[in-house]
Amino acid sequence: MADMPLVHAVNVTKSFGDNQVLKGIDMDVHKGEVVCFLGPSGSGKTTFLRCINQLETINGGRIWVDGELMGYADKGGVLHRLHDKEIARQRREIGMVFQRFNLFPHKTVLDNIIEAPVQVKGEKKAEVTVRAKELLERVGLADKPLAYPGQLSGGQQQRVAIARALAMRPKLMLFDEPTSALDPELVGEVLTVMRELAKEGMTMIVVTHEMAFARDVADRVVFMDGGVVVEQGDPKQVINNPQHERTQTFLRRMQSEHEQAVAAVADPLGLTQDS
Amino acid sequence: MSTDTVDRPGEIHARPVRHPGRWVALVIIAILVAMLISSFITNPKWDWGFAFQIMQQKPVINGLWKGTILGTIGAMILGIVLGVILAVMRLSENPVLRGVSFAYTWFFRAMPRYVLLAFMGGAIALLYREFDIGVPFGQQIAGALGLSTDLTFWSFSWNDISSTIWVGILGLGLSEAAYMAEIARAGILSVDKGQGEAAQALGMSPGQAMRRIILPQAMRVIVPPTGNETIAMVKDTSLFIAASIITELYFQAYGFGQRSFKIVPGFMAAVMWYLIVCSILMVGQSYLERYFGRGFGAQAPTKRERKVKDLLSRTGDH
Ligand SMILES: Nc1ncnc2c1ncn2[C@@H]1O[C@H](COP(=O)(O)OP(=O)(O)O)[C@@H](O)[C@H]1O
Ligand SMILES: [Mg+2]
Repeated sequence: MADMPLVHAVNVTKSFGDNQVLKGIDMDVHKGEVVCFLGPSGSGKTTFLRCINQLETINGGRIWVDGELMGYADKGGVLHRLHDKEIARQRREIGMVFQRFNLFPHKTVLDNIIEAPVQVKGEKKAEVTVRAKELLERVGLADKPLAYPGQLSGGQQQRVAIARALAMRPKLMLFDEPTSALDPELVGEVLTVMRELAKEGMTMIVVTHEMAFARDVADRVVFMDGGVVVEQGDPKQVINNPQHERTQTFLRRMQSEHEQAVAAVADPLGLTQDS
Repeated sequence: MSTDTVDRPGEIHARPVRHPGRWVALVIIAILVAMLISSFITNPKWDWGFAFQIMQQKPVINGLWKGTILGTIGAMILGIVLGVILAVMRLSENPVLRGVSFAYTWFFRAMPRYVLLAFMGGAIALLYREFDIGVPFGQQIAGALGLSTDLTFWSFSWNDISSTIWVGILGLGLSEAAYMAEIARAGILSVDKGQGEAAQALGMSPGQAMRRIILPQAMRVIVPPTGNETIAMVKDTSLFIAASIITELYFQAYGFGQRSFKIVPGFMAAVMWYLIVCSILMVGQSYLERYFGRGFGAQAPTKRERKVKDLLSRTGDH
């Protein structure tokens, strides 16, 4: 077990009713690795992330995180579903950042961050408060502990959400399109925090449409489509020279969308050449 | 464009829209109010002086505190606690709990409070004189095993509590729980699903997520109708007489008027106390709404937030 990857997923399947969303995913993520998931909408990226921390129950296959089988106890080859409390314990080690932030709106920024360490791990409030302040400094929000989430911009909220997840000292961080709900000018501040985190050696699985981030930060890029992993490998290799046709189509479309977006911003300023 | 601003439109000093209807309405209302007040003063049967005296009578005050107010507080506490439990049961994945919650709500919403109180005051004592808390079927089991005890730990006689405020609180509280369950359920459902997921992703158990994250946010939706329920409950305590509970505001005030052959002041004494109590409750409700609405709009920091700020500045210099 010593050389088992931090995340070891084997033949994971997941259906919603008749709709099979994950069709046998194999995925290893090693300690300290940053893996970016790309793929069209509806391909099952979010579902796979949610399966890793048991927000969804898988129908087939196995997922181990840090050597521990997620969601089940294996008793002589027979799987027994774990009790809610046990699943909650397994989740403590896994931080998750949501597309829509999901900060607790009735709690201040500070209370958002210290809530889980105090309530779940039973840590001392004063100690966690010190750590929360350090985390807020790290994400550039040292001046906001008493603000309510509703008083912050989207970018600030997402940075608080990252700090909140980090306060549990997770071994693994899951990011589900962390910048997709943000205005374009706020994307950078969140990606900067994530870059720092990657540099510090955090193991990260990131679902994103930010190609530059994937290319520069990821150790590996995974392309998903229709519930299967179509292709994966070195980021530059996959993004600049995709082998599979579906990957090529997706990346071409991303490229043209990106150019349109740039043009839409540039045109009113009269920056395009041919006018 | 010229830089000359002389011809450019300046500040607006417009004539306001006229509202003649408002003045007409004001005059009509003023006349009606004047007529009412004049009748209060000139018709001696109102006898306000005596009404104020009744308001201050010891049995009336006693009925207000130990009947109306205690009954309201008790019934609402029971109703809210049981109602939230019923709502959580109704939303659980356990079909047995869901069914129990549904059946409870169905029964108590169909029961008129007057009938319920009359039943509890009259019929229960006929059905069960003694209530034993112990092992279920303890008497039968003990009999079969030939034990000298009947496996009862605690027992009380219904007669000990009948005609007391406890029966009133129990009756109105059980009934209230059915309504509070619906209110709490709407509140819980109003909270974004992402909140529970974020809480669970942080390692909270479903129960913790409910208590710490979902219910506090649901309160924003739960508090306003609960305030209405509380005000309605103040008035429903006047049904206590159905269970022969006589320590209660209306029965005492009306009885006082009746014994003095002055029924109207008796009524008015009760009416004025109800107005006072309900007005205070309405003010309290608006405070509660502000408290549970925190984080959903800009406002001054609460006392607790100032305390946290203190703590922060102290932990800063380590
Ligand atoms: N809770 C759910 N119930 C039913 N269908 C779902 C649910 N969550 C996701 N799906 C379906 O699963 C598919 C994959 O969704 P998702 O994992 O969100 O894709 P992606 O994140 O790659 O866009 C979609 O077709 C979606 O409609
Ligand atoms: Mg998604």
